[in-house]
Amino acid sequence: MQRIFASSLAGAILLASAGGAFAKDTLTAGEVLEPPGLDPTANAASAIRRVTYANLYEGLVRVAEDGSVRPALAESWAWSPEDLAYTFKLREGVKFHDGAPFDCSVVKFSYERAVAPESVNAQKGLFEPIESTECPDPLTAVVKLKRVAPNFLFGMGWGDAVMISPASAETNKTNPVGTGPFRFKRWVQGDRVELERNPEYWGEPARLSAVTFKFISDPSAAAAAVLSGEVDYFGQFEAAELLDRLRADPNLHVEVGSTTGKVMMSLNNARAPFSDVRVRRALAHAIDRPSFVEAVASGYGLPIGAHQTPAEPGYVDLSETYPYDPDKARALLDEAGVKPGTRFSIVLPPPAYARRGGEVIAAYLAEVGLQVELVPMEFAQWLDQVFARTDYDATIIAHTEARDLDVYARDFYYYNYVSPEYKELYQKYAGTVDDEARLELLGELQRKLAEDEPNVYLYALPKISVWNKNLQGVWRNLPLPVNDLTKVHWAE
Amino acid sequence: MTLEEEISAPQRGRGLLRAIFRSRNLTIGLFVLLLAIGMAVVSEFWTPYPPNALRIRDKLQGPSLAHWFGTDHFGRDVFSMIMAGARNSLEVALTAVAVGIGIGVPLGALAAARGGWIDGFVMRLTDLAFAFPALLTAVIVTAIFGPSAVNAMIAIGIFNIPVFARVTRGAAMGLWKRDYVLAARCAGLGDAAITWRHILPNVNHVLIVQATIQFALAVVAEAGLSYVGLGAQPPQASWGKMLSDSQTYIYSAAHLAIFPGLAITITVLGLNLLGDGLRDLLDPRVRRQR
Repeated sequence: MQRIFASSLAGAILLASAGGAFAKDTLTAGEVLEPPGLDPTANAASAIRRVTYANLYEGLVRVAEDGSVRPALAESWAWSPEDLAYTFKLREGVKFHDGAPFDCSVVKFSYERAVAPESVNAQKGLFEPIESTECPDPLTAVVKLKRVAPNFLFGMGWGDAVMISPASAETNKTNPVGTGPFRFKRWVQGDRVELERNPEYWGEPARLSAVTFKFISDPSAAAAAVLSGEVDYFGQFEAAELLDRLRADPNLHVEVGSTTGKVMMSLNNARAPFSDVRVRRALAHAIDRPSFVEAVASGYGLPIGAHQTPAEPGYVDLSETYPYDPDKARALLDEAGVKPGTRFSIVLPPPAYARRGGEVIAAYLAEVGLQVELVPMEFAQWLDQVFARTDYDATIIAHTEARDLDVYARDFYYYNYVSPEYKELYQKYAGTVDDEARLELLGELQRKLAEDEPNVYLYALPKISVWNKNLQGVWRNLPLPVNDLTKVHWAE
Repeated sequence: MTLEEEISAPQRGRGLLRAIFRSRNLTIGLFVLLLAIGMAVVSEFWTPYPPNALRIRDKLQGPSLAHWFGTDHFGRDVFSMIMAGARNSLEVALTAVAVGIGIGVPLGALAAARGGWIDGFVMRLTDLAFAFPALLTAVIVTAIFGPSAVNAMIAIGIFNIPVFARVTRGAAMGLWKRDYVLAARCAGLGDAAITWRHILPNVNHVLIVQATIQFALAVVAEAGLSYVGLGAQPPQASWGKMLSDSQTYIYSAAHLAIFPGLAITITVLGLNLLGDGLRDLLDPRVRRQR
């Protein structure tokens, strides 16, 4: 009896799996970092956007794969230069996952909440140009600006500017409620986040019935998961040395595209000796960037010299501003009064570019007489200790936000870089409409950063992704740190 | 069994050497241990290349005359790293065993000497410690105090304490009933003096064997902790860390995994053989069974 039961069970499993192979409509996506919460309007971690953006939450507009701004919850919009106002025509019949309706009052709530004094939005600057948000009727939102702000619309396509329902605003961190084609199912902390198709989506429904984001920070475990098929898609694959092996696998597709991620050694500019520009320049001279990329990422990554990647507009190649020159580095350190044997620590979050990169940088800095202590740290602690409280000497991190030169113009950002000249320059750029003048100013901003070298810029992070050959509709390039899976589906 | 037989040490001097070479286990074990110690000591003032020096242009080379064990993903010389790693492994393991002996042996001796509630208390403590898998204990300790070689030593040392406490107590318990202990007591010696003069000298053969086995376990534990990133931190070379770094290179540069793997295997195997051989040599019960 037992045997009969067992064999019929085995048969059933076989049938079920065979059926699954024909009509698979779920996806398991691998991610390096687990988000610290699921509310992109309340925390800077791009891991949040990589799970929720476009999939779960939507803004008035969205950024497409090519970096262009497209309609989302706003069908269309018009800019009126005389009134300095955007008029958004909102979509009709949109509902949040909890049934709450979407209309202009939600727009007003979301934008006002983002700039409120108690707001914890990580990109308040995006909303700063807003003078007021008004609702002449439920399906029309008029956003008045304080001045001309050409970056405004792109910013409203960020994860930080998604629409949040007043009813669920406080609980989105653990129970996210948006308007997107997927809705939240559950979050098994330390392991995965599960989303399922939203049957009441206003637009074209998602073709996948469910998406599971699995968090695997160890590169070799990620490789094993991809090779075994446990993960169908890995959007930011770190073990570049394995790409030849993965390319040889007939079931897998490997794609090397671009991101707007800038891998850098961030320095606490408020702390000695990094408060001295000579020291920061010395560090830049001490590291051989092409070799660094070779060692850390098997050569996948372009050396950069400022806070900008070729995937962003107005990129200027400044990677040779501080060519590898240990003698010059030693001389600069000496000039700044930094004695050989000076110690400092570098905090290393989990990604491989940081953990491996730390070892490489420690060796380079030892060459010029600096003693580095490497401090590996979990991501949540990094966000708190380094990013929020700036209690650190140096760290290695990729800044994945796009077109984010504003961070150096902020009153507070964890580099503690203070430069009135940069601030003024940035404000000039932010208010300039003429495209040519804007590009010129973008170049000036980058040159100013390269000159001051608040951080040691290392390389542009490529988007190395690996996915099952039968998967279609996956983004190859990332204009924003996101993971838009709304159009992904399996080949028929 | 007479007093004489009980406390007489095995053959001394040349006799001891002959006994060592007669046992194959002992010979191999001792050779491996000396080799590891030799590498560790030599690495202090000489390695073929500096073990931390990156030569990224030469990365991932296979074994050659210039680099006997090849180079790793940063172009470091693997042989030099194995040498420096030997020092790290032995240092951590030695300290861990010393911590275990230093605390565990007095505890065990105390339990045996006093008996009663003290004995019960000490033994329940060791039961408690044994209830946790050893490596888990070490992971907890390093997770709390932060990953470093020193904390790895302490962590591994902590799970060595109950082992030595038990072994010491077990061996000492029987001795306390012996006539010569009774005689010593009649002569007016206190518990501490009897333990020092008559008990410990008669349990040290058991301790030496146990220490060898714990040493081997500590080498594995250190490698395990370093493998998961809780042991030695870069730039200190460590066999466990080398293994963990090699994982994603296994298809393109298998030598990165093979050499540290061999280093760990051979060292542990050698230490275990040494432990077996020492037990054969030192433990009178085993000797008599032959």
